[in-house]
Amino acid sequence: MKLYLKIWRQKDASTPGKIVDYTLDGVEGDMSFLEMLDILNEELVSKGEEPVEFDHDCREGICGTCSLQINGEPHGPDRLVTTCQLHMRKFNDGDTIVIEPFRATAFPVIKDLIVDRSAFDRIQQAGGYISVNTSGNTIDANSIPINKHAADEAMDAATCIGCGACVAACKNASAMLFTSAKVSQFALLPQGQVEATERVQNMVRQMDLEGFGNCTNTGACEVECPKGISLTNIARMNREYLSATLKG
Amino acid sequence: MGILDSKIPSGPLADKWTKHKNDINLVNPANKRNIDIIVVGTGLAGGAAAATLAELGYNVKTFCYQDSPRRAHSIAAQGGINAAKNYQGDGDSNYRLFYDTIKGGDYRSREANVYRLAEVSGNIIDQCVAQGVPFAREYGGMLDNRSFGGVLVSRTFYAKGQTGQQLLLGAYSAMNRQINRGKIQAFNRHEMMDLVLVDGKARGIIARDLVSGEIERHSAHAVVLATGGYGNVFFLSTNAMGSNVMAAWRAHRKGAFFANPCFTQIHPTCIPVSGDHQSKLTLMSESLRNDGRIWVPKKMEDAIAIREGKKKPTELAEEDRDYYLERRYPAFGNLVPRDVASRAAKERCDAGFGVNKTGEAVFLDFASAIERYGKEKALTSGLKDPDKATITKLGEEVVEAKYGNLFQMYEKIVDQNPYKTPMMIYPAVHYTMGGLWVDYNLQTTIPGCYSAGEANFSDHGANRLGASALMQGLADGYFVLPYTIGDYLSKDIRTGKIPTDSPEFDEAEKQVRDRMEKLMSGSGIHSVDYYHKKLGKIMWNKCGMARNEKELKEAIKEISDLRKDFWENVKIPGSIESKNQELEKAGRVADFLELGELFAKDALHRNESCGGHFREEYQTEEGEALRDDENFKYVAAWEYKGEPKDAELHKEDLVYENIELKTRSYK
Repeated sequence: MKLYLKIWRQKDASTPGKIVDYTLDGVEGDMSFLEMLDILNEELVSKGEEPVEFDHDCREGICGTCSLQINGEPHGPDRLVTTCQLHMRKFNDGDTIVIEPFRATAFPVIKDLIVDRSAFDRIQQAGGYISVNTSGNTIDANSIPINKHAADEAMDAATCIGCGACVAACKNASAMLFTSAKVSQFALLPQGQVEATERVQNMVRQMDLEGFGNCTNTGACEVECPKGISLTNIARMNREYLSATLKG
Repeated sequence: MGILDSKIPSGPLADKWTKHKNDINLVNPANKRNIDIIVVGTGLAGGAAAATLAELGYNVKTFCYQDSPRRAHSIAAQGGINAAKNYQGDGDSNYRLFYDTIKGGDYRSREANVYRLAEVSGNIIDQCVAQGVPFAREYGGMLDNRSFGGVLVSRTFYAKGQTGQQLLLGAYSAMNRQINRGKIQAFNRHEMMDLVLVDGKARGIIARDLVSGEIERHSAHAVVLATGGYGNVFFLSTNAMGSNVMAAWRAHRKGAFFANPCFTQIHPTCIPVSGDHQSKLTLMSESLRNDGRIWVPKKMEDAIAIREGKKKPTELAEEDRDYYLERRYPAFGNLVPRDVASRAAKERCDAGFGVNKTGEAVFLDFASAIERYGKEKALTSGLKDPDKATITKLGEEVVEAKYGNLFQMYEKIVDQNPYKTPMMIYPAVHYTMGGLWVDYNLQTTIPGCYSAGEANFSDHGANRLGASALMQGLADGYFVLPYTIGDYLSKDIRTGKIPTDSPEFDEAEKQVRDRMEKLMSGSGIHSVDYYHKKLGKIMWNKCGMARNEKELKEAIKEISDLRKDFWENVKIPGSIESKNQELEKAGRVADFLELGELFAKDALHRNESCGGHFREEYQTEEGEALRDDENFKYVAAWEYKGEPKDAELHKEDLVYENIELKTRSYK
């Protein structure tokens, strides 16, 4: 199929960017969206032009590196997939596709379609861990039984890949879904409860410092999340945060 | 040819590690504060090592090319992690895990290292649970296990099909705790360009900031390379796009021996290649072989009809199917080790029984599992005489709970529903057992340069068992390296900060700059990927699942020619002084073009078949690998001498005191 691409090009963080038009022929349905961009880049390199830079790594939907706002949606039109798992069979011959970086104040553009998501790292550094030494001298893994339902729910929250689609989907560029997934994973496990009060306060404080907006419950994040992280995590974080505040 | 000293402690196998820990020197906490360590790579091995070393008090700097340590490719490991906990009471023990790993590796790994791995495996699970890793649990609240290939017990712990992700996030959270304390400085979007040696010791690295293009100098008292494997030398593999051998190869060029490069794991269950545009291959976890049955049609006409789309696999009667693993290996069936399963798939496809358009695919079928689980579920739900549709529905629910995310991934890529029609799979490059040679302390042949995880060669011999990579990465990082590195650093307590303005750093930086400028000066028309794909084709066709003398010799010549062409002609737009993904790729491919040749040279010299290394000249009448313990019971460690063809072979003889060498049989 033949596609008309409108792609955001930006030299670096300090240079203004713009949309540039490209026409690409010979795209097949079995290609992934990123393989389609690979072909475009091969053409650009052979013409001596700079290829379109985009973040990607594992190309199997788990590392969370790839991003892209495709026709206005993070990770494109398909549900429960990252851009690297989006296949061109979801598009039609003659389609125009607009490709932009994730847009948020807290995610500044580095180059072309690449944004800086280190704010997510800093939120986790603020408290997204259990303060246990890694020496191995802990108690036996089976000495605290954990209810299967709680373990499964913790796992569901823990599957967040930190891609930032939730932020890009949100009109307020809120990072509540991301932060709450991490808070929830620990809140649901007995090991995480020891530091629960400080954790939620520290992580929320850092989230606000990074310039993310607040949550107004539109649910766009859950719809666009490639891992189906549930909005209930936000409710859980709010509850954790409130009770932490009351405890002081 | 020299003899290598592996520094294995004396004494009985089971006491070696404890004895060694008691014998080695320690660094007191106050002195640790004056010692710097660089850790390159932040996957399971690097992330775990960085966190633990920082927790002990050392000043740690981590480097990764990804935008966050949490994105290292350990994250993609699906199925699980082994540990000899014997929670299932099925006869597991440290010895059994040790034995299975040595046997699985076709008797080409070190007894002492593997026993230590088995010994600390239980601790890993304790540690991860304490960190909040949400492993799968049974209804009673206890941890659940499943089986992986090459073993007869259930010792694999898992977190759905995302075990690697959860373990990596655990290590990353431990890192975050240390970053928050200021004990780790994380340099993300940075690539190690070279290792710096001062007085023969590893004392730092030259790194490139991948955003600004700036070249940086970083010094330390020791350098840990935990940079993963080199599977991407094949271009198509299950590795991440950025996975590369640069750090290990730069160290090799500076004097670190590279061991057993030809030992590569071709994983049997990956989604087949669909076309020339393909950029990577996707693994379907080995855990699927717990329940999936692998088959091809018995009759050639059925295979042809299926390939042409005239027949559906579900239309074939049981007696017309060849469950070739169950037929050839009744004892282990579909759970034979990976090398055996891969070769068997290739054998059937080469014989003309492949089931997709390209003829390079076999079926992985869940119909019997769905029926079995459905009946069991119906029984436990108290349903009397359920009809077939109900059984199927219940069975599909059970299978979905176990493997849902894998089935979804398959459907997204292939556009077929694996609950209704069997999956199509084919072997693909997945893991490299070879890597930097290390002694028992995980130190390379360069003093002060250590290597952990997939980047070293140490524990898996010629074939790695499923769910053992995560175990080794975390064992090296959490429980081995933090002890052994202290012994070395105890001599550095009076050294003080290593300056970065020395002639050694000047020279290393100059070499890095010259190399990049040379890459940018190519005068041809072809991109980096063009060369990478060509290299991959040579590797797959001539150094892949089956190798022979003639083709290996051809491969050596072809790779050497391709390398020359690459250095003269590769076309890279943009500049050195800014973000430039083409330049990043070029540096990595340049090293693959050297490693590839050494790989072929190693495969050519090893005149035997063992594990993942299958030489067509050396096989039994039944087509099984024919090992030659008399002549090849050694680790081949190559010393850099300029061109790969000049590399010099050093041998480490493998001594088996606790295990009798046998022909590996899974029949």
